[in-house]
Amino acid sequence: MFPTIQIGPLALQAPGLILLGGLWLGLSLAEKLAMPNREAVNHLYNLTFTALIAGIIGARLAYLLRFPDAFMANPFSLLSLNPGLLDRNAGLAVGLLAAVVYGQRKNLNFWFTLDRLTPLFAVFMVAISLSNFASGGAFGAPTDLPWGIELWGATRHPTQIYAALLAAGILVLVVRWQATKSTAGMVFLQFVAWSAAAMLLVEGFRGDSLLVGAGLRLAQLVAWGLLALSLWGLWSLGQTDRDRISPSYPTERV
Amino acid sequence: MTKIDKTDLRWLLISLTVLVAGAAWIWMSAVPAGTSTAGRIPAPRQSFLAPDFTLETADGQTFTMSELRGKPVLINLWTSWCPPCKAEMPALQRAYQRYQSEDLVILGINATNQDSQVAALNFAAENGLSFPILMDTAGEVSAIYQLRSLPTSYFVDHEGIIQEVVVGGPMSEALIRINVEKLLE
Repeated sequence: MFPTIQIGPLALQAPGLILLGGLWLGLSLAEKLAMPNREAVNHLYNLTFTALIAGIIGARLAYLLRFPDAFMANPFSLLSLNPGLLDRNAGLAVGLLAAVVYGQRKNLNFWFTLDRLTPLFAVFMVAISLSNFASGGAFGAPTDLPWGIELWGATRHPTQIYAALLAAGILVLVVRWQATKSTAGMVFLQFVAWSAAAMLLVEGFRGDSLLVGAGLRLAQLVAWGLLALSLWGLWSLGQTDRDRISPSYPTERV
Repeated sequence: MTKIDKTDLRWLLISLTVLVAGAAWIWMSAVPAGTSTAGRIPAPRQSFLAPDFTLETADGQTFTMSELRGKPVLINLWTSWCPPCKAEMPALQRAYQRYQSEDLVILGINATNQDSQVAALNFAAENGLSFPILMDTAGEVSAIYQLRSLPTSYFVDHEGIIQEVVVGGPMSEALIRINVEKLLE
């Protein structure tokens, strides 16, 4: 666990830095795989940054709406760089909305764009796991296994490492899938299916799961649902591909 | 049966197998009653029980963390030589004045093992800090709270559970107030 990197008086938040690094590496990889389609690369960057900036503004405004008095006392706090003043759920919702609006305005093909973005998602999944390892978040249940790690007063499953290794494996698969010509949406849906399966597996070793009735873990139920949906989506895409109903895989448009 | 049907059948079987295996794993890995961490293990982390300690102020007043159950507590680890620690103290003082009537307790724990008690008290007096300044002369609290960066603040709810950890600073007044208001909700 290494939550902060101290450089003189500066305490840099290692988990946040890892996420930023993941974003940068993911975008670079997506760009490399999208080459030589320059227009596609530009759309990838614009889409990502539009979603990111809209997400940050939305996350801060959500806090402003929830705690107006706190900001009225010191309005400059609205510009604070502290991530503690960001509402993640609101940020995610606004970011996604902004991405959808951007895609519609630029007339982007939905599935093809998701395929192009999948390397970014795959790298970011690795980064999330490593970020959790740095912060000690998403920790495992106590274990006697020899590879258990000392964390929060117990020897625990290194669930962050399990998740990072599985995400790295999925990343390798994503790069391979990108190299093959397939129906638009296949790469993204395969990524979702494998990621959901990985989440379903790793969550079972977590020590901090949000529980629903009968001790069931909410994240596993969500992952199972995603897995079922993505398997159905893959079957559906395969069906249309075989029937030659859908247009052939676009190679020039984003 | 056509070739397409066979492909569909194979896909259906694979999907069903995967989903049944997934459902079985969900069932097998369900958390048995009473084994969830549920925040009852003392650790300096969000959702865990705030580790217990007993410290004194310079004038001999004793504070024990576990005895403050029932009140929201803001623990702030600081030193007088650390610029962001000093920068956030006025905001902490204003928050204390604002929420003292709602039972908020702020414990300004000076990491005295890496500071001077005289310098800490002078700083507190110059800035009119009215919340308790505790002296961690042996570095005991710094150790059990795994202090890695100054300042570090822990927002603890009335059940003694850490709801937020803010590493580094200075915290803005809005950040302090929002986290305190969450404790009071």
